[in-house]
Amino acid sequence: MARTQYEGDWSKDVHDALDGSGVTQIGYVPDGGMKNVINYCIDNPKMSAIPLASEEEGPCLAAGAWLGGGKAAIIMQSTGIGNAINTFSMIEVCQFPCLVLVSHRSSWGEGNRWQTPMGQRGPDYFKMAGFHTHFVEHGIDAGETVAAAAAQAYNTGNGIGVFFSQRVMGVKKFL
Amino acid sequence: MYLETDGRLARREIVKRILKDRDDQPVITGLSIASYDSVAARDAEHPLNFNMHGALGGAPMLGLGLAIARPDKRALVLMGDFDAVMGMRAMATIGTQMPTNLAIAVFDNAICSETGGQTSPTAGQTGIDLAGVARAAKWPVARTVVTEDEVEQAVDDLYGAEGPVFINFKVSGINPGSMKKTRDGALMKLRFRKALLGEA
Repeated sequence: MARTQYEGDWSKDVHDALDGSGVTQIGYVPDGGMKNVINYCIDNPKMSAIPLASEEEGPCLAAGAWLGGGKAAIIMQSTGIGNAINTFSMIEVCQFPCLVLVSHRSSWGEGNRWQTPMGQRGPDYFKMAGFHTHFVEHGIDAGETVAAAAAQAYNTGNGIGVFFSQRVMGVKKFL
Repeated sequence: MYLETDGRLARREIVKRILKDRDDQPVITGLSIASYDSVAARDAEHPLNFNMHGALGGAPMLGLGLAIARPDKRALVLMGDFDAVMGMRAMATIGTQMPTNLAIAVFDNAICSETGGQTSPTAGQTGIDLAGVARAAKWPVARTVVTEDEVEQAVDDLYGAEGPVFINFKVSGINPGSMKKTRDGALMKLRFRKALLGEA
C-alpha cells in the first residue's frame, strides 16, 4: 500500500515525461482527473495546448503533427473513446504514432453509471482499434509509464493508450 | 477558364490553378473528388499530397497539426462539402488556435458524389453556409466564391492572407472523374515526411 502514498506530483511527472519526449502539441478534451496535467501543458511555452471539440479530432491532430515532423499527445476521458474509433482507424492504416492519455472512469469507486459502459469497455475498444494499452494504478508509476508509452508510440508508429485509474486521479464526488 | 459545361465553377480547373507552380506546397486532402483533383493538378506520385481515404471530416485537424508543427510553411487543405460538414466542429477547435498559416479550400458541389449523389446539407436556399460557420468561429478570412472573377483573389488569400483562411468554392455537380492513385496511407505518410523533412 506504500505505493499509493506517493508524495510527489504525478501530474507534473506526466507533464515532464511528455515534455522530455519532445511532445509539443497536446490535444485535450476538458477533464477533471487530468486537470493538473492539462494545466502544466497550457503553462509550458514549448507546447500548444489545444482544446478539442470532440475526441475524434485527437488522432487527426496527431497525424498532422507527425506529417510536419512534430509530436502530439491526446488527453481524453474514457467516456469519449467511442467518438474517436473511426479516426483511430487512420492511425492503424497509416501507422501514425498516437499517444493517448485516458482518464479512466469507472476504474475505482465510480459514482455515475453513465460513465461505466465506455469506462469498462474502453481498453477493449482500444485493443480492437489496434492500439496498445498501459495502465497507471499508482501515482509513482505515472511519469515513467508515460515516458515508456511515448517511446513506444513514436518509435513503433502505433497508437498507445495509457489508462489512468481514479485511484491515482481521485474519484469525482456526487451528492 | 474555370467553368464547367453547366456554367458553374469547375473544381478541377480551380485546384490546378491553386497548385500551379507550387510543387513545394504541402497539401492535405479529404476524401473522394478532392483527392483526385490534387492528383490531376500534380500527379499520383507527388510526395507532398497526403490524401485521406477514410476518417471523413478529419482533414481540417490534420491541417492544424501540420500548421502548428511547421509554422514556416503554409498548411493547405482541400476537401469536399460533406467532408467539411462532418468536420464542422474542427472549425471551432481551429478557432481557438487561430493558426495564421492554415488555409482550407472547400469544393461545395452540394451533393455526395462518391456515395450515390445524395443531397448534401449545403444544397439549396436552406443549405448550410460553410463559410458562415467559419465566420462564426471568428476565422479572419471566410467567404464563398461563386464566380470566375473571384477565383484569383481566393487563390491569393489561400496562400497570402493571415489565416486561418476558409474559402468555399460553390462548384458544379459534374464529376470530373477519379484518377489512378495509391490508397496506401503508410506510403503517403513516409514520402510526405521524406519530402518535407528529409527523413521518413
